[in-house]
Amino acid sequence: MEFKQVLQQAMLGLYNGAFYAILSLGLAVIFGLLNIINFAHGALYMLGAFVALIGLTLLGGWLGSPDLAIGYWASLIVAPVVVGLLGVVIERTMLRRLYQFDHLYGLLLTFGIALVIQGLFTQFFNTSGEPYPGIPPVLQGATDLGFMIFPKYRLWVVSVSLAVCLGTWFMIERTQLGAYLRAGTEKPDVVRAFGINVPLMITLTYAFGVGLAALAGVLAVGTVQPSPVMGAEMIIKVFAIVVIGGMGSIIGSVATGFLLGMVEGVTKVIYPEAADVVIFVLMAIVLLLRPAGLFGKE
Amino acid sequence: MMDKRLWIGLALAGLIAPYLFYEVTLAKLVCFALFAVAFNLLIGYAGLLSFGHAAFFGSAAYVCGYVVRDLHLGPELGVVAGTLAAGLLGALFGSLAIRRQGIYFAMITLALAQIVYFIALKSPITGGEDGMQGVKAATALFGLVSIESNRARYYFALVVALLGFAVVYRAIHSPFGAVLKAIRENEPRALSLGYKVERVKLLAFVLSAALAGTAGSLKAIVLEAATLTDIRWTMSGEVVLMTLLGGMGTVTGPIVGAFTVAGVESWLANIGQAAEVSAWLRAITSAQVVMGLIFIFCVLLFRRGIVGELQHVMKRNLNL
Amino acid sequence: MKKTVICGLVAALCASAALPATAADGAKISDGVVRIGVLTDMSGVYAQVGGKGSVIAAQMAVDEVGGKVLGMPVEIVSADHQNKVDIATATARQWIDTQKVDMITELLNSGVGIAVQKLASEKKRITINTGAGSTALTNKECTPYGIHYAYDVFALAKGVAAEVIKDGGKDWTFITADYAFGQSLEANARAQIEKNGGTVKGSVKHPLNTADFSSYLLQAQATGAHVIALANAGGDFTNAVKQAKEFGVVGGGRSLVGLLIFITDIKALGLDAAQGLKFTEGYYWDYDAQTRKFGEAFMKRAGSMPTMSQAGVYSAVKNYLKAVEKAGTDDADAVRAVLGEMTINDEVIRNGKLRADGRLVHDMYLAQVKEPKASKGAWDLEQILRVIPGEQAYQPLAESTCTLVKK
Repeated sequence: MEFKQVLQQAMLGLYNGAFYAILSLGLAVIFGLLNIINFAHGALYMLGAFVALIGLTLLGGWLGSPDLAIGYWASLIVAPVVVGLLGVVIERTMLRRLYQFDHLYGLLLTFGIALVIQGLFTQFFNTSGEPYPGIPPVLQGATDLGFMIFPKYRLWVVSVSLAVCLGTWFMIERTQLGAYLRAGTEKPDVVRAFGINVPLMITLTYAFGVGLAALAGVLAVGTVQPSPVMGAEMIIKVFAIVVIGGMGSIIGSVATGFLLGMVEGVTKVIYPEAADVVIFVLMAIVLLLRPAGLFGKE
Repeated sequence: MMDKRLWIGLALAGLIAPYLFYEVTLAKLVCFALFAVAFNLLIGYAGLLSFGHAAFFGSAAYVCGYVVRDLHLGPELGVVAGTLAAGLLGALFGSLAIRRQGIYFAMITLALAQIVYFIALKSPITGGEDGMQGVKAATALFGLVSIESNRARYYFALVVALLGFAVVYRAIHSPFGAVLKAIRENEPRALSLGYKVERVKLLAFVLSAALAGTAGSLKAIVLEAATLTDIRWTMSGEVVLMTLLGGMGTVTGPIVGAFTVAGVESWLANIGQAAEVSAWLRAITSAQVVMGLIFIFCVLLFRRGIVGELQHVMKRNLNL
Repeated sequence: MKKTVICGLVAALCASAALPATAADGAKISDGVVRIGVLTDMSGVYAQVGGKGSVIAAQMAVDEVGGKVLGMPVEIVSADHQNKVDIATATARQWIDTQKVDMITELLNSGVGIAVQKLASEKKRITINTGAGSTALTNKECTPYGIHYAYDVFALAKGVAAEVIKDGGKDWTFITADYAFGQSLEANARAQIEKNGGTVKGSVKHPLNTADFSSYLLQAQATGAHVIALANAGGDFTNAVKQAKEFGVVGGGRSLVGLLIFITDIKALGLDAAQGLKFTEGYYWDYDAQTRKFGEAFMKRAGSMPTMSQAGVYSAVKNYLKAVEKAGTDDADAVRAVLGEMTINDEVIRNGKLRADGRLVHDMYLAQVKEPKASKGAWDLEQILRVIPGEQAYQPLAESTCTLVKK
């Protein structure tokens, strides 16, 4: 095994890590404040991809003006907003009623939501995926990294992911808003006593978390066919990553996301048969040695 | 007194049922009922939500299928082997997961079950997506009674399932069950009272896994096949739904829930008959969507489940 | 309504009076109606390949004969097996025991297909599987009444391997889904490649439901092979093709080959990504006037062109009814015997001969996906390069491990 080849695979793995990072970041943010594992995250990731697809190819026809279309760049904003709004609805009408009960009910509720969303899309769209014809020319083609030819689109996704993850981390750890958030996680009563609208904060946090999932969905359309089942398999891997990183840890989820993307990438050349279980095996090892996860606090 | 009547009622209903309904469907429902009862032991009495129980159900089905079909051993040995295999797997899962609670526990069991699923998908023994087919008991039960007919297989499943129910019932009405409930209500206190909390939870987990394995083995024998559906994470979700819908922590709830969920599934299968219905109608009556809606409905409005709600109403009326 | 029942009864009486000796169980058409069950995936990952379209296809075949055979009504029932063996077998049992279904078709998923074929044969019912690819159906798991219709993975792999080698693509490498189905696709193709003087330079396995194929594509490219064969299906296949384009894997003398492709997969990819892809298939709507006739009629009712599986259902039902007519009964033994003697030539199947192992051997097609600019319509997707005669396309009967084959 040449070093160069390992480097190439690590680079390819970084691209997958970009998705793991955004998705597990969203899960971590939601978990941090709501104490809920959002099982619908995979379905909302899929929904993000479909908002982009529908916006580009179908929306105009539905509205009676076929020229109207939401392009790729606009989708990067529109899809997270649309899915975020759906998140507001989910939180306000359903999740909110469950906070007084065991947190497991939140998991079960979002599991049900995931089934409904995925089931509906399976009826209307091809499970083999749908073509997304709107990748901007500037993101097409490849660039020479010295040790490999790398598609521009993948570089773009990695940079967006890094920027979003760093931005989120900064917002939560370094700003006033983030301080409220962190305090709300620890002692919601006290924060409320300071006159902060905690329920609103919770709603917005959920919306933000699922918006991240939708963003990942839009980013995915450049390399993956939007398909109703694209989120279902992804999400369980991301759960494992969240467990490895330490649940609720922002920096843990991001770092683990990128790291495991690369580990998985390298596994694909060294021992391809294990590529789909390596994350779960790592999880078992981490749990044995450090039950709170790599970055979690016991 | 009440309990005795319950058991007699269950056994009687089980005896008469094949004269009213189709045996194979009934036998399948009985398997799911045992699966849900086993699962309920964990969620209902130990407060542990496992999202990986399909691993026990499915791997036991494969083990039983292998023993019966490829080793040509009797069905009773198949069930025993499946149960033991699931129990062992449960001990392994449990030793990794039991230290965590709540959502952490759910996530870990889910991820571990995923490993088991991948193994089943790839292993040549399981037949991949073709499944392990033709699991036919070549030898008679204990070398004496043939279970070749549908009705015989149903009664075999019924007897084993009733035994399984009895084991769970004994467990929750024993000192062990009392400790479990104490842990569920207040783990630190149980710990300070000197109970070996982790060991008790692990025991419950292994017992639940083993019985889920019994259910899976039975299913392989009754339906003469073990397939990937039995071991996929969606099956883990289904058993949660059965228990939730019937009533967590009630004795008969999981049985009612299993019958309802599996019944709804069969009913949905035939909705396909109306091929010309509108796309939207077909979409909202597709199996996945209906299951999801039941989940949402139960969690939001019906947390006690069918049996739990009935008990609640009865209690309230008696108090009046 | 009443009238038709009476007419039917009278007709049945007259007919049975005229031909009492041939009736197997005393009645020619058991319980006075021929019921055909379409058991398919209506809500899962195969819903586009079969699903509602297959029910429509079956109905079209029934409508063509005026909804009647031997004077008795023909009925279609359908159900969604949800890709679950327990649901499928329970439905099939119920159909046979309580609704007297005479034939079950479509089936799609091979786990479901094998289980239902086994069950139906025990109860002496014909099954015609048009959707599943597994060759187990006509080998290890074959049954006296089980028929495998439109295609199988052996024919798909053999057709494309032999033909591509003929065109000069001698060295191959595989990207294979790492489970029984993918491995069987690869093994079948490998055998053909070696038989035809080609070489296999490598094979890389990927997990089921992989989102990112870049690593596998680069590994395949690094072997230097001229043909990269994709031994996977559905979403895995479409993502692999899409990313092959992204990394520029195709071109410069290197081509991509698919081992299991439905027309819906090409539609899913779009011509831009799929162009040039070679594969084998059992039916394409735009092959000739006859295939177009069915394709366009189906398009009108279903809103899409039929997949080879849906087209297979149409042909299966049509020929099953023909066989019932010819046998003068819906008795499974008699119908199966007639089907075994027929040569099937219709809008879908050409030169079809049903063998003892249940395999319907018929002409297959080597197809290539068109360039976008060569396409003249939304469904003008493929060009048929060559017809592969049935005997060359399918596994020879002598190689079948089916116990029903006399050796």
